[in-house]
Amino acid sequence: MHEWALAEGVIKTIKEYSKDKKIEKVVVKIGELQQIDIDIFKFALDELKKENSMNKLSIILEIEPAVLKCRVCGKTWSFSENLKELDDFIAESIHFVPEVFHAFIKCPNCGSPDIDILKGRGVWIEKIKFKGE
Amino acid sequence: MDPRLSIINERLKNIERIIAVGSGKGGVGKSIISTTLALLLSKNNKLTGLFDLDFQGPTCHLILGAKDEFPTEEKGIKPPQINSVYFMSIYYFTRDNPLPLRGWEVTNLFRELLAITRWDNIEYLIIDMPPGVGDEVLELLKLINKKEILIVTTPSILSLNTVDKLVKLLKNLNIPIIGILENMRVQPSDIVKKYALENKINYLGYIPFDYSIEKYIGEINLFMKTKFVLNLEKILHEKILF
Repeated sequence: MHEWALAEGVIKTIKEYSKDKKIEKVVVKIGELQQIDIDIFKFALDELKKENSMNKLSIILEIEPAVLKCRVCGKTWSFSENLKELDDFIAESIHFVPEVFHAFIKCPNCGSPDIDILKGRGVWIEKIKFKGE
Repeated sequence: MDPRLSIINERLKNIERIIAVGSGKGGVGKSIISTTLALLLSKNNKLTGLFDLDFQGPTCHLILGAKDEFPTEEKGIKPPQINSVYFMSIYYFTRDNPLPLRGWEVTNLFRELLAITRWDNIEYLIIDMPPGVGDEVLELLKLINKKEILIVTTPSILSLNTVDKLVKLLKNLNIPIIGILENMRVQPSDIVKKYALENKINYLGYIPFDYSIEKYIGEINLFMKTKFVLNLEKILHEKILF
C-alpha cells in the first residue's frame, strides 16, 4: 500500500491548489517506471476523496510508458524491455524509488549506466480543470 | 505538478527535533556522528529516526550494523528499527551497487523518500547530510521546515575552509545552527574554537581521534563503549539535549 502515500500527495495537492474554487476534473499521469498497482491507487484515491468531501471529483489516470535514453551513445529504448528481466528485489526497489533503476539497468547498446528517463517516471498531476473553464 | 511536495512536511510534522548533521567537507566523521547521535538519543529513551541522505556513498547502515532488513509497506513505507533506531537509507534499495545520478534525479530521489516514508511517532530525526552543497542539501534546506544543523569539522584549515561555505549558506538562509563539533583531534589546537567565536557559532567541544572505533563498526555493543561514544555522549548531554 505504498500507493496510498502517493494518493495522499495527489489529494492534498488538489486541495491546496483548489482553495475555494470548484474543481471538475484532474488528470494524473502515472509513469510506467514506478510500476504502480492501479487498482490499489484508485482505491486509495476513492477513500481519500470520501475523507476529504471530494466525492464528485473526477480523477482521470493516464499511464505513460517509460522511455530511457543512454547519455553516452544516444540509444533510446522502452523500459518494458527491461521489465521482464528484473528480479523481484530490483522490481520492488524501483517500485518504491524509481531512480534506483540507475543501480541495475545498463544501456543495451554500450553498457553505460548513465541513462536519462525521457518520460514515464512516476506520479504527476498533469492538469486541473476548474468548473466553468 | 509534483504531488510529493505537499506531503513532505506532513510526514515530519509530529517530530520534535530534526537535526541535520553537515559539514560541506567529506571525511570528517559526519556519518559516524549522525549514527552515534541517533543511538545515544535512543539509549536516552528518545524515539529516534536516522535518515542517511548520502545517496551515492551511504555508510550509516554499516555503523548501525544493518543486515538484510527492508522497509515494510503500510500506507507508505515504514523504516525498520535497527538497534532501536528507525533507519531509512537508499542502501535498502541498491545494496552495494553504485547509483550514478545526475542533478534532477537526486532531487526526485530525495522527494520520493521523504514523501513515502512514515516516521510515525519518533521524537528526534537525525539526518546525515552528504558532503558539498549540492542537490540533496539544497532540497533539505528548501523543503524541510523544522530543522537545525549540527556542523562537524576536523581541526584542519582545509576542513574549516569548506565548512565556512556551508556556514555562509546557512546564515544567508537564516537556518538555525546548533553548533560546531570538532572531531578527530590528534593534538591541541584552537582553530575550530576560534572560528566558532569569530562566526558567533556555539562551540560544542571536541572529540579526540579514537583509533579503536574502526574495529567496532557494526558491533554496536562494543562500539557504544568506545571513548569516541563516551565523549560524544558527554557533549550530547551538555550541549544538545537541553
